[in-house]
Amino acid sequence: MCSEPTGGILDFCSVYRLSAGLLPSGAEWAAFALAAVFLAFIVINGVVAVTAGYTWFERRVIGRFQARIGPNRWGPFGLLQPLADVVKLMTKEDLVPEEADRPVFNLAPVVLLVPALAVVAFIPLGENSFLGRVNVGVLFILGITGLNTFGIFMGGWASRNKYALLGAMRGVAMLISYEVPMALALAGVVLTAGSMALSGIAEAQAVPFALVQPLGFLVFMIAASAEMSRAPFDMIEAESELGSGYHTEYSGMKFAVFQLAEFMAPVVNSVIATVLFLGGAEDVGPIPGQVAFVAKVFLLVFFLLWVRTTWPRLRVDQIMAFAWKGLLALALVNTFAVATEMWLLLGADAQLETRDLWIMTAANWVVAIAAVVVVANLMGQRKIRPEAPVPSPLAKMAAEAD
Amino acid sequence: MTRELAGEELAARINEAVPGGALRWSGGGVWVESDKLPAVAAFLKNTPGLDFACLRSVSAVDYVEYFEIVYHLLSMRRNQSAVVKVRSYSRSEPSAPSMVDIWKGAELQEREVWDLMGVHFEGHPNMKRVLLWEGFEGHPLRKDFVR
Amino acid sequence: MAIKTEPITINLGPQHPSTHGVFRMRVTFDGEVVVDLEPVFGYLHRGTEKLAEERSYVQVVTLTDRLDYESSMTNNLAYVRAVEKLAGITPPERGLYLRVTASELQRIASHLITIGFMLQELGVFATVLMYCFRERERVLDMFEMLCGARITLSYMRPGGVTQDAPREFWPALDDFLKQMPGYIDELEELISHNEVVLARMRNVGILPDHLAVDSSITGPVLRASGVQWDLRKAAPHEVYDRMEFDVPIGAKGDTFDRYLVRIQEMRQSLRILEQCRDQIPEGPIKTEEPYFIRPPAGEAYAFVESPKGELGFYLISDGGISPYRCKIRSPSFINLTALKEMTVGSKMADLIVIFGSLAVNMGEVDR
Repeated sequence: MCSEPTGGILDFCSVYRLSAGLLPSGAEWAAFALAAVFLAFIVINGVVAVTAGYTWFERRVIGRFQARIGPNRWGPFGLLQPLADVVKLMTKEDLVPEEADRPVFNLAPVVLLVPALAVVAFIPLGENSFLGRVNVGVLFILGITGLNTFGIFMGGWASRNKYALLGAMRGVAMLISYEVPMALALAGVVLTAGSMALSGIAEAQAVPFALVQPLGFLVFMIAASAEMSRAPFDMIEAESELGSGYHTEYSGMKFAVFQLAEFMAPVVNSVIATVLFLGGAEDVGPIPGQVAFVAKVFLLVFFLLWVRTTWPRLRVDQIMAFAWKGLLALALVNTFAVATEMWLLLGADAQLETRDLWIMTAANWVVAIAAVVVVANLMGQRKIRPEAPVPSPLAKMAAEAD
Repeated sequence: MTRELAGEELAARINEAVPGGALRWSGGGVWVESDKLPAVAAFLKNTPGLDFACLRSVSAVDYVEYFEIVYHLLSMRRNQSAVVKVRSYSRSEPSAPSMVDIWKGAELQEREVWDLMGVHFEGHPNMKRVLLWEGFEGHPLRKDFVR
Repeated sequence: MAIKTEPITINLGPQHPSTHGVFRMRVTFDGEVVVDLEPVFGYLHRGTEKLAEERSYVQVVTLTDRLDYESSMTNNLAYVRAVEKLAGITPPERGLYLRVTASELQRIASHLITIGFMLQELGVFATVLMYCFRERERVLDMFEMLCGARITLSYMRPGGVTQDAPREFWPALDDFLKQMPGYIDELEELISHNEVVLARMRNVGILPDHLAVDSSITGPVLRASGVQWDLRKAAPHEVYDRMEFDVPIGAKGDTFDRYLVRIQEMRQSLRILEQCRDQIPEGPIKTEEPYFIRPPAGEAYAFVESPKGELGFYLISDGGISPYRCKIRSPSFINLTALKEMTVGSKMADLIVIFGSLAVNMGEVDR
């Protein structure tokens, strides 16, 4: 393997060749393992570090949204706050409820964390980095993020706590439902790009797919915020109803791992959305690709925070109705529109020109606005005009006596 | 301004509808025969012109020789109020008929009176302590309650 | 294949994020649907009524602060009115105006808390709550000018109020009156037309008007059910009969109406405050009363329209220096009567919102 040279810095093949050069010949398996461990080390620590920074960012931004300051005590601008949090959580007692199913209880945080980390390995951060060239990248992402469901249900079930169980029940129903529109939204991307590898999709975006398929982008972002159970879909935790949902009984390090997975989710999802819809790490004019990439991720994360601080939570039945009646319909419209356009525009060489992408953009925006308006009018509340209040005959304040 | 029905006027009307219902009256209150309280209450609630649809407040007072249960009534339709009182002379097992069937608003208030004053309301569907815990001994608002 | 299911019973509370303190609901759920509910309370019971029997009439004022700690002013007002009725005291004009001013400020502060927490329970992650608290802070600042305290105020005394408003109070009130309408608009923009808020609050927890009256429910919850009943209009106390204001009502009595009524009431309170500022006369703020007031033997029931409903004090005097009996008719406690009727059949998430829209305060429920 890795016979032809590739250019990336963090490409698996380059790392493998490097380690193979260091080790005596005949020890290819050791070189393979060494490269894998090295990459895993970089990915895991990098992601955890980014997540730690993100928790600070989230708390500061939400603080600003809520007319308060946010953490600002330790380090400049409170930048060391995540460190303090980690120390606090690690030194806490690790409690396991007496009636809990111990093995499952202990395994749940890991099951939740691993998929989020595994996804990152496939992100093409720059040309060919990591495993970005794996040609089933999209399928892998869909599959591995589906494991979330297990982590949440294991945590909720094993805790032997009714709040946790309710949270887990809700979680399973919601996560499975929202995978359907998410996968359909990705179908449009794969169709247009003609590739399932994440690097291939990033390269195919002469025009960012967020512009070409606004509807697909919308559905993806909504479904993704449901997948990571953020507001307005945070009913798995539903703080005001369930305490903290499936991780009610967790404390100490296991709770920290849950929190890590939870805070990692928006970052990872924004990264995926950046690759799939915003052109990934392609250079934007004079700006180097990596910088542009981080900026785009930053924008998406900020947008998710904005939504989170503004909107209330939907109810269980409303969330399910929204997935099956609203989002699925929108995703289908998008897939159908993209497929039709591809069929009309694909030339003899089966290649899309940049001009074709712009034509699709124009057509898709019309379709998107029309579809959203229709769905909003079918499902929305605002069109219902409230009736004027009529004073009840049960009380008359003016009547003295008659 | 809410009209406070005079005791005399109210007592006359009660005695007209439920003979022997009203025992005595003073400025603003009418003392009602305990057994006839449900009939009087139904009369006060359902008679047009009285329309006391809202049971404002149920209180109990320990006068040592007897317990007095005071019902403050309100008619939002007529904007008038009335006070009806019932006495229970038993020290060990004071009781009064429950008003829950007539005014739903009595449900929690009667439980509170039972809890703190120990007046048992006959016919209440759920006569349990409400503010104190089950197993608490005594009724703290009684004058002879010792901490 | 038929799946076997069974209802589960959950103790919501007493330690729960949205039970407003230490309320407990023993709820039986069929999946997510509420099939039975029993409120359990008393975790904050301090025996206020018993304590009042061993304190002088003036000392009891401080006890009333601790009933509904979100609206100490109106608690003070209800109690001192009962004492005044019992002892036949007539406070001077300026004192009455100061009382109304303070009560209306308190109403705004209390409604802000209610709306903030209601949205918190819908899951807005504290944003609305923080905005509401920001405005409430201004009210508390004004209370600090009036009496030096922010929460447990003890501002009123039988016969008037403790202190006259200081010079800086009136400009602060002017500023508040100028800016508050804009803040209420801002809140409404954020909440009233929000798609998710509408979906969550409309047609949830409907309380029909006859059930509301029958259950002795009062205050904004009653008015949201369409019953136009406000003690400030129906039985004007203090100087409310000289004020012009409307009594807003709701159309159906659902959770959204209860929110909307509170928003409209805040606007009406601002109107009253403006009139108070313009009409307030010069003069004494308090009549001279002895420290140990000895009202003649007798009884008095006095009430005010507190932010939660009709707050009444039933005082009985035996001629001594402390009340023989001090019964508190607490609106929060009685408003819980119909909780079961309102919630059975709705989802768990609705249950929390319905409970939030009743705006009960555990200090007042448990007394």
